[in-house]
Amino acid sequence: MKNKSLSFWLFLTPTLVALALVVFIPVIEGLFYSFTDWDGLTFTKMVGFQNYITLFHDKAFINAFWFTVGFVIVTVIMLNVIGLGLALLVTQKFKGNNFLRTVFFMPNMIGGLILGFIWQFIFTQGFQALGNALHMDWLQNWLTNETTGFWGLVIVTVWQMSGYIMIIYIAYLQNIPNEIIEAAKIDGASAWQRFTKITFPMIAPAFTVCMFLTLSNGFKIYDQNLSLTNGGPYNSTQMLAMDIVNTAYNSANFSLSEAKAIVFFIIVAAISLLQVAYNRKREEDL
Amino acid sequence: MNKKSRSAIGIVGILLGILWLFPFYLIVTNSFKTPKGIFASVLSLPHPSTGTNYVNSFHALNFITSLTNSLIITVCSVLVIILASSMAAYALQRNHSKLSSALLMLFISAMLIPFQSVMIPLTANFGAVHFLNMWGLVVMYLGFDCSLSVFLYQGTLSSIPIAMDESAELEGASRWQIFTKVIFPMLSPITVTVAILNIIAIWNDYLLPSLVLPQAQYTIPLQMFNFFGEYTKQWHLALAGITISIIPVILFYLFAQKWIIKGVTDGAVK
Repeated sequence: MKNKSLSFWLFLTPTLVALALVVFIPVIEGLFYSFTDWDGLTFTKMVGFQNYITLFHDKAFINAFWFTVGFVIVTVIMLNVIGLGLALLVTQKFKGNNFLRTVFFMPNMIGGLILGFIWQFIFTQGFQALGNALHMDWLQNWLTNETTGFWGLVIVTVWQMSGYIMIIYIAYLQNIPNEIIEAAKIDGASAWQRFTKITFPMIAPAFTVCMFLTLSNGFKIYDQNLSLTNGGPYNSTQMLAMDIVNTAYNSANFSLSEAKAIVFFIIVAAISLLQVAYNRKREEDL
Repeated sequence: MNKKSRSAIGIVGILLGILWLFPFYLIVTNSFKTPKGIFASVLSLPHPSTGTNYVNSFHALNFITSLTNSLIITVCSVLVIILASSMAAYALQRNHSKLSSALLMLFISAMLIPFQSVMIPLTANFGAVHFLNMWGLVVMYLGFDCSLSVFLYQGTLSSIPIAMDESAELEGASRWQIFTKVIFPMLSPITVTVAILNIIAIWNDYLLPSLVLPQAQYTIPLQMFNFFGEYTKQWHLALAGITISIIPVILFYLFAQKWIIKGVTDGAVK
């Protein structure tokens, strides 16, 4: 198809129009409004970098930033360790391994909002009951402070996404030719040696994919946050996405919310790109 | 592997499976209890059990309406995304110019922009032209989800030889006929992937529809959110509501599992 041909542009029109209306025009408007005193309808003047200066002194935003960073670090590690562990488990030959795949992946089908409601019951009622039955104090009063709110969010995310990460690792594990493993066995390599010397390097591309997915998903989480803790108590478990939404729709501070959203965009894009570049390089080195 | 370690692995698997299913067990068993029953014991089986929670929450959730809304929005959006993205990918892949690689980069760069960065101007613009409803939402889903879909189609198209197009062209087929009669049918494996990924994302989406839809068009997640706000601390109703609302998803999963696993893998790996 030629650039100038009519059909080339007709084929592209629906997506390009939608992309422009839904993503590119709004993001440019948003960038512009972040330098104004916009109230959602009109603006009276340009304010320069005032909104950006305000957000770096905004306690809620800074708190949400560090809370989110901690959450992302913990979940990226746990999801990759548990996801790979589950993948190694269900690729062994034993009865019921296919059924287990189905089970581990199932939470991923349910939306974050409903997952958060499910776990609100588990944490507040189920944990309470277990704590009483087993006389374990640490199982009581979950979601009433920042620490249990944090680990609550981590547990929900791990329960939801491990199966997803597992599926990706399985795809790469199944690509390892059986002959290599068999040859290593004949040469007398132990199970641990086979894992570290063969399996691990051969699934390196899977790490790139899974790190990217878990990192960017972790930063963008909103639904689970809303339905599990709603940022409480006292906004202590509010993550970045939620802080931006609340700045707009609860505090009606639209230009500040836009500035926060632009900073959020830069953080997420930078991490994603750096991470992909780094992993590409590491794969080549291996 | 010897027998002993194989059965040890089996046992670890079973225990983990039970751990994974335990939340579902708690939700379903408690949804059949009376408020007193939940208060007395969360961990036991329902005794006496009751079905009235289901009748009440089914009505409070307005379930038939919200299920219909969810179905209409998901099906329409996914069909539009499949058609528009495969067309765009076809145009881009069959055109080897700087312009088409630049346009592909544009699609990919859109994936990096988080929803929060566009949400306020987006809803303001659509509101200004009175498009804050399910049809406006379908357009929005096309805008947000076409990037990944175009990218997936583009990858598959590169493995379909251009000779296919040329021979159809010789027989006098128009560009549109070549695409619909020859190329699109050959894309069906990746179409399944695109469909699955978008179905899961759109069906479960909360934030965007909550900003766009009027109450009469509420989907299941939106209705659940309202319902939960109204019935806080009334766990017997809330749990029945949760169970009702996840039944369609679980049925779909058990029915289409093979394609879902393939779709999710392709979507992440390609």
